[in-house]
Amino acid sequence: MSEALISIQDLEFSYDGDHRRVLDRLTLDLPAGSITAILGPNGAGKSTLVHILLGILKPSSGEITISGKNIQHYTRRELSRLIAFVPQSEYTAFEFSVLDYVLMGRAPHIGMLQMPTHDDLVHTLEHLEMLGLSNLVHRSVLELSGGERQLVLIARALAQEPEMLLLDEPTTHLDLSNKGRILITLSKLAERGVTVVYTTHDPDSAAMIARFLVLMKEGRVLSSGTTENVLTAELLTETYGVPVRVVQVDGQPFVLLENHGV
Amino acid sequence: MDQHIDLARVSRKRTRRWVILLVGLLLVFTISLFVGRYPQPYWMSPRLLGQDELARQLVLALRLPRILAALMMGASLAAAGNVLQMVFRNPLVGPGILGVSQGAGFGAALAILTFSTIPLAVELSALLFASLGLVLSYLIARQLRYGGWVLRLILSGIAVSALFAAGIGLLKYLSDPLTQLPEITFWLLGGLWSVTWREVLLMLPFVTIGLIIMFLMRWRLNLLSLSEETAFSLGSRMGRERALLLMAAVAAIAAVTAVGGVIGWVGLIIPHMARRLFGASAQLTVPATILMGAVFVIFCDTIARSLRPGEIPLGIITSLLGAVIFILLMITVGARWKP
Repeated sequence: MSEALISIQDLEFSYDGDHRRVLDRLTLDLPAGSITAILGPNGAGKSTLVHILLGILKPSSGEITISGKNIQHYTRRELSRLIAFVPQSEYTAFEFSVLDYVLMGRAPHIGMLQMPTHDDLVHTLEHLEMLGLSNLVHRSVLELSGGERQLVLIARALAQEPEMLLLDEPTTHLDLSNKGRILITLSKLAERGVTVVYTTHDPDSAAMIARFLVLMKEGRVLSSGTTENVLTAELLTETYGVPVRVVQVDGQPFVLLENHGV
Repeated sequence: MDQHIDLARVSRKRTRRWVILLVGLLLVFTISLFVGRYPQPYWMSPRLLGQDELARQLVLALRLPRILAALMMGASLAAAGNVLQMVFRNPLVGPGILGVSQGAGFGAALAILTFSTIPLAVELSALLFASLGLVLSYLIARQLRYGGWVLRLILSGIAVSALFAAGIGLLKYLSDPLTQLPEITFWLLGGLWSVTWREVLLMLPFVTIGLIIMFLMRWRLNLLSLSEETAFSLGSRMGRERALLLMAAVAAIAAVTAVGGVIGWVGLIIPHMARRLFGASAQLTVPATILMGAVFVIFCDTIARSLRPGEIPLGIITSLLGAVIFILLMITVGARWKP
């Protein structure tokens, strides 16, 4: 793999009062400047890993280094300039305009008692334009479609100007066309040098754009490496516990469930 | 770029609204100085100030402090209501949540029953129990093992409010039905009839500090209205920021409630109106709620003290007008915020 932006060593995590290890001696490098998909079935520990990377959960043991420095030595603000998070979906009770909503992404660059400046506004508008959202600037976030909403969340994360974009199941709730739109956006961002890491339980959305793939099962890394090497029938069958087949269509791999006995 | 033209148009429209609000506050403030029941019902000519010593005394010693108290009360309840709605991510919560209002009511009733002769006893006791309401809600919420932070705090706030409400019921039952009971009832309905400069000076530090903190953190408040993981990933030190804003809101609510009693609807309705006019961002709604709340309560209090020979409890007017406005807001189509 290319140079690691994030290095994870022997990470372990269990929830208070629960002996089950959600993450179990997890070791992993996340390379800079390309797309990595973290793939695994529900309950593999993907979301827990995301929460630990964001600093929301503290690992029981193990070490995470970002650009060579231990994650615990970063302040909250420094961390928010390194990693921007795009949640799977986000509930808000208030009718923020898309502009105000994306402007919140500037928070890591604005002091606690300060207001966004004209520069912050310009940055925000640039990111909205880059994602083709300029026409939605004054729309309420509550009126957006699922795909638009996901793009707005990505724009907000980009406004943070982070080293890395961390997305939790970005395509799970989306229909086919919106799924395509998000995946194409992510690969364009990677072409511009943004590091993209996303979790998914859908092998096809990983196969389409990810250069690197991490397979997770029961809190461990089953395999990691380039997508060609990791996306194999044997490894996927082991990960998901059901027989699958990988077929190539026009050079792109697709994952199919074996249907014997059905 | 059209976007920039568009942004300029929006900011012009907002500037116009700010000017209207500021001029409105100034007008309501000045006019209400001359509205009342002296020398005849409803209107006193400003010229009388130069001729009539009693009129001057009335305006300077009674009406001016009372109007200032109404201004502080409206600004505090509306701004704090907005802060609570955003921190709790629920546009339906108001200052009554967290046991603050009921705590103040209990404190006041207790003081009326036990040591009503001591000056400021009612106000100080109300302030003390309002703060106790918040502390209790917070401590109980920390012990709960159920739901997220917001749900826990709202649940324990409801329980603490119920506790104090029951306490108020008990105190009413124990009180002298001819002297104390009417005083308690009237206090609970809310009003500013007893305000002099002394009460204004009692409220002033709490209200000023509370409003300044809410105003300074107004943009930051937006982040707290998002999900916890998002606010966290945007670099917000949520625990600290939330605690600071809640303390500011409660200090302001407790101080005005201690002086004026439990005044309903202001903290719920004004934030909604502010969002209609300026959009959801708290960067604008915090100053907007301060101004609009002040205008609303000065207006209501002027009606309360001048419509009839006897005082109408302020809480009745704010609830009546507030509920009517709320219904109108809900049923008017096209009244939604459009830039």
